[in-house]
Formats: sequence, structure tokens, C-alpha cells
Amino acid sequence: MEEKLSFEYAPAPESRAVVSIKPKYGHFIGGKFVAGSKHFPTINPATEEVLSQIALAGKSEVDAAVKAARKAYTTTWSKMSGKERGKYLFRIARIMQERAREFAVLETLDNGKPIRESRDVDVPLAAAHFFYHAGWADKLEYAGLGTTPKPHGVAGQIIPWNFPLLMLAWKVAPALAAGNTVVLKPAETTSLTALLFAEVCQQAELPAGVVNIVTGDGTTGALIVNHPGIDKIAFTGSTEVGKIIARAVAPTHKSVTLELGGKAANIVFDDAAIDEAVEGIVNGIFFNQGHVCCAGSRLLLQESIEDEFLEKLKIRMAKIRVGDPMDKNTDLGAINSKEQLLKIAELSATGDSEGAQRWSTPCDLPSKGFWFAPTIFTGVTQAHRIAREEIFGPVLSVLTFRTPQEAIDKANNTPFGLSAGIWSEKGSKVLWSSQQLRAGVIWANTFNKFDPTSPFGGYKESGWGREGGRHGLSAYLKGVSHE
Amino acid sequence: MSFYGLVDGTESSLKKYLGSLSGVDQVGADARAAMLATRSIKAASKRWAIDTAISMVDLTTLEGADTPGKVKALCTKAVRPDPTNSEVPSVGAVCVYNDMVKIARTHLDLIGGQHVGVAAVSTAFPSGRASLAVKIQDTQDAIDAGASEIDMVIDRGAFLSGRYIEVFEEIVKIREICGTKAHLKVIFETGELVTYDNVRKASFMAMAAGADFIKTSTGKVAPAATAPVVLVMLEAVRDFYAMTKVRIGVKPAGGIRNTKDAIKQLVLVNETAGPDWLTPSLFRIGASALLNDLLMQRMKMDDGYYASPQYVTID
Repeated sequence: MEEKLSFEYAPAPESRAVVSIKPKYGHFIGGKFVAGSKHFPTINPATEEVLSQIALAGKSEVDAAVKAARKAYTTTWSKMSGKERGKYLFRIARIMQERAREFAVLETLDNGKPIRESRDVDVPLAAAHFFYHAGWADKLEYAGLGTTPKPHGVAGQIIPWNFPLLMLAWKVAPALAAGNTVVLKPAETTSLTALLFAEVCQQAELPAGVVNIVTGDGTTGALIVNHPGIDKIAFTGSTEVGKIIARAVAPTHKSVTLELGGKAANIVFDDAAIDEAVEGIVNGIFFNQGHVCCAGSRLLLQESIEDEFLEKLKIRMAKIRVGDPMDKNTDLGAINSKEQLLKIAELSATGDSEGAQRWSTPCDLPSKGFWFAPTIFTGVTQAHRIAREEIFGPVLSVLTFRTPQEAIDKANNTPFGLSAGIWSEKGSKVLWSSQQLRAGVIWANTFNKFDPTSPFGGYKESGWGREGGRHGLSAYLKGVSHE
Repeated sequence: MSFYGLVDGTESSLKKYLGSLSGVDQVGADARAAMLATRSIKAASKRWAIDTAISMVDLTTLEGADTPGKVKALCTKAVRPDPTNSEVPSVGAVCVYNDMVKIARTHLDLIGGQHVGVAAVSTAFPSGRASLAVKIQDTQDAIDAGASEIDMVIDRGAFLSGRYIEVFEEIVKIREICGTKAHLKVIFETGELVTYDNVRKASFMAMAAGADFIKTSTGKVAPAATAPVVLVMLEAVRDFYAMTKVRIGVKPAGGIRNTKDAIKQLVLVNETAGPDWLTPSLFRIGASALLNDLLMQRMKMDDGYYASPQYVTID
């Protein structure tokens, strides 16, 4: 038995039989699916297979959705007691759990993320957000916003493609708990789980018009943002689009929350638990193909452990299993779109041309679909584009520092401020660092941990407002006190 | 002895060596082990894993009620785990108490099991509470009786009170007795060391002192070979190899009772120390009930259905 045999894992694909994808979808308006006029294809980014045709909402569809939302708000939802609203949210959460496998498979097919992540992270967390906010629905007067906080009315919500269902949950659950009705637009490349969620709303017998889902591209999003019948805009996406939205709503009555880009520093001090720090760096940047706004895309490494750490990091990275997202053993799936792949490749090329050293794992990438091997750049400085701009892909920029203060200064030297990570076994250093870092979420000795009770959001160009927790709930309420 | 140039045998050098180790974050180690437990091993890879696991089993009986008859039966099973199928590999070794070593060795040789080792638990197993002189004699007896592997326990009391040098010197002494005649496995009883920092420290200490294998547990204390503990030990042998170019083996023991658990252990090995460790000379699983479950699963893969338990032999 001394012969060398490698332990190749046989394919362990999740079955896609659990989902039935229609050849063509419409919009979900006023509790009903209505046919769209124009359509565009949605594809599986791992195979480039066309999954379905998605409707492109124009002015009339957005008008209809806003009208339905307004009607539901005025006649039903704003009049219903918090306790009753909570019941619907609990019901939605339970149905999402019951249909978890369906959601996970559909998410993986449409988005390209590994089934392990959609199954273990996206879907359970999405349900958790509904459960959490269901509990708030009848306790709004205890949210610290005065005795009788009021909903805004109709919320227009535009969500990204990186966590399609989870971002839907982050938006819809607090809006509904607070008594708003919503018009939601999923990202154009990932509409399918939102449309399945529409079925769940029907199954839960949610009153017609409380949730309306219109699909489309940026033009549909602009129609929502600029619609006079909408009272609140919630957007998650790029800083570039966030700025356009901020300008558009500035002269209006609309409230707005924005959850935008990031360029998070993950700071590893020389007294860190090295193996777990390596693990955390890998999780920080390669989770969800790096399509994470709070991804730890800048590794700030204390110079005294640079060589040892990078060697371990490369060994660990070489174990990342890249390939079929439906395989239960896949760690890194497909890049969500051709457009995104080009962006990642282009920004990475500036790393080469600006003199950083590129290293990618020696993995075989599938011939079809959109793929990018896990990559790190060493020799990166604050002046490199790859240290400043959000790549939104599986690419890590490695910088070094000499003292804790230098680490903090470099970490904060960015227009963004969404998240940061600190790795040290020394508690006092962790606490000091977390006080100095200007970021909305700071993880110590862990990364990419999410919980509905914890507010999430950014400093600076990473956004306005928070999602999750009491802070997130308050974005959907107007504080009113009656003495 | 040179101790790989890592320590010079003095207490100050040992303290410096152990002090240079990075800590282990418990939450992170638990999370990594839990993630690797989600690997789905199917079809041909499962078949390979089952046979590999069988060949790595240290088939163990460590009971007060052990008799020559029981030990001989165990030896027979070790050589040919499935009497109806000669393709099933022999296990790595049988693991017995000191006084059963001769009986085991003789019987194995008699039935054509020369390739199966005999491991003796030693140094006042399982507690390690005896004088060094007794521990040395215990080990010497086992080797004289034909043990090819010595599974010694460390003095956890000394370890937990910070007398690392005593633990180190004891391992060095037993290493000397083993010489070239027997492989040395050092048992930490991780359930008593409790923290992963301690497990990492004990691992590096035992490796420098001359262990061929580091082993989690005696099987007499729970928890035993939990996935994160094995993960931490696998990281230790991987790092030790990077420092010295010497590969030290790992033996989880205790609590691994079914095929699923065994395959999870192999996944841990594969993705932590690496495929080089996927051999019985570098990875063993101390177990008794596990073997029958591996045999049942092996039959199921061949036949497509679960056979009655009566088709595998009881111990």
C-alpha cells in the first residue's frame, strides 16, 4: 500500500431536477405574474447556456408596479397591525426554508456561485433576515425612533447580482416589517431567484401589491429611481451608480440608502494565529469569487512575516477547487458575466503593467463559461490601481507594513470604508486597531460573517445608511413622537 | 541527539522553540474543519478512500478483559478483514497492551500476517502516571516481545503544569529505547490538553523529541480525535516538514466509528498535510468498530445494497 495514489474527488453534482425554469418570465405586479413586452436572455455563467428569457420593464410596467404598491400600501399594508404583518414575514421565512434547495440550485445556476455557498450561506441567511424582521414588525415603537414611527410608503429597491436572493431579503424584509410596500428590481443577470421569491409571496398569500418585482437593466432601475410615486430608494451596487442615484434623488422628497463598493484591508499582524489568518484571507477574498462588496481585497501584511505567510497562503490557495458550481466540492465558481470577467482581467492587467507580481493557482479552468483563477499580486503599493480600485473578483493585492500605525494609515487611505479585518492574538492590539479603522464593519480574527442582527454599511464612498439590525430597520421608518 | 537542530536539549532552548510557535484560533480552526466536513466523496473516490482507510486502521483492543483468544481473533481479522474477499487489504497494525504483544506477533506470523505490525501501548498507558523507570521498562518489555510500534502516552500532568522539559525528556528517552526496532507514536490525550494551542505545542515538542507519529488520544477519554484537533496536528506535521524535510505521521484515535468519519479524516489529510500523507506509513486511524463499518460500506458499493450485519465478522 505504499504506492502513491492521489485522492481525486469524483464529481458530486447537486441535482438540478428540483427546479423548473420557465422558458420566459414576466413581471410580478399586484400579486400576479404579468407578461413582459421585451425580453433578454439570462445565462448560466458556468456554461453560457441560456436559462430563460427575462422581461425588460419599461415605463408602463414600472408605473403599474408603483401603482400596485401604492394601492397595497394605502388600502392594506399600512392599515394592518404589526402583528399581522409579522405573520406574513414568518410565513415567507418558513417557505424559503422549505424550498431552500430549490432556491440554492437556482441561485447557483443563474449566478455561478458554488452550490456549497448558496446552500450554506445565501439561502439560510436570506431566511434568517425574514425571521429577524418578522420579529420587529409588532415592536416598532421600541426601535428607538419615537413612540409611533411611520413607514415611508413605497420603497424602490435595486439589488446587485452577487447575492441575488440575500440582497433581496436584506431589502424586502425590513421594508415590509416597517410597513412599506416595495417595487424591487433584481440585477439583469440574476433575476431568477427573485421571480421564485414572487411565487413564495403568492404561496404565503401576501396581499397583492405589497411586493412587486420588475426585471430589467439599468434603464429600468433609472425609471424606479426617478419615479415620483416612490418615497424611498434603497440601492446596493457600484459606487459609480450610487453617485448617479444620490444626484437624482437629491432634489426630491425621497429618502435613500446606498450600499456601495469597498476595498477592504485585511490586516495580519505578526502575532496572528497564522493558519487561521491564512484561512481568513482566503475566505475574505475568494468567497463568492470575490464578488463581495466587503471582500478583503487588500492584504496588509506585517513585513516580518511576509515570506512565511505568503508561502502558506499560496499552498492553501492551490487547494481551492475551481470549477462546476453545481459540484458540492467546488470552492470557487464562475465569474457572473463576461462583462465582469473583462473588468477583472483589465484591472489585473494594470497590476502587471504597474510592476506588481502576479501569481495564480495552477488550476484547469473550464473551456466554456466565465472563469478567473484565484490570483494574488505581491509588491503592491498604495499607488497601484489594484490597491485603490474595486476589482470585484478573485484577485488579492498584497501590501506590507512595519508598525500598527502604518497598517491603520494604509487601511484608511482609500475612498472606501465598508469593512476591514484584523488578525492578531493580542486583544489590546485588536481593540486599538478597530477603534482607528474607518469602516462600517470590522472583523477580528474572522471575516465575511453576516447576521441579520448586525448593521452592515459603509463609511465614505462605501455608502449611506445601514442594513440589518435596528439601524437597518430605521432606514425604512420615519421617527415620529406623540407626547 | 540533535533534535533536528531545533532545540539543544536544554530547558531554555525548548522554551524558546515552543514560544516561537504561532497560536491557534479556536473559532477559525473549528470553522475550517467544519467546512472540510462538507466535502462529498462519491463513487470511485469513495471506493479508494474505503480501501485506503482499511489499510490505515490500527485495529485495537485495550480492555482489561483481553485474553489470548480475543487477541488472536483480532489478529486474524487484521490480516484478512473480509474472509470472503481477499482483495480487501490488511489493516496497518494491531494495537494491544504490552502483555499481549508476544501473543499477537506470534499469531500474526503464524497466519501469514508478517506485514501487519504490532503496536503496544506503553509508558503506563493510559494515564502516564508512573515513574520514568517503570515507563522505560514497560517500553523495553514491549520491544523485547516483538512490538514494532510503541504508542506512548505523555505525562499530561507535567505538560499542564508547564514542565515541558520533563515531557520532552521522557519522549527522548523512550525514543532511545525504541531505537531502530520500533516506530514511536506519541499520544497527547488531547481531551485532557483541551486547547488547540496546547495541541500545537505538544505536536511540535513531540516531533522535535523524535516521534515518528503524533497521536490524539488513548480512546479512554472523550472528546478524542475531533476534526479540528486532527486539523491542528496535520498543520503541525506539514509545518514541521517545511522546517526539517522530515515527514511525521498522524494517528487520530477514539471516536472514529464509521466510514463517513473515516473519509472526513482522509479529506482533512488531503487538504491539510497533502496527498503525501495518504499512506499507512504516515496516517493511521486507531479504531475497533470502524473496520466493520468500512467493510459493510465496501460490500454495499460492490453489491448495491446493505448486507445483514451477519456478513461481517464480530470481534
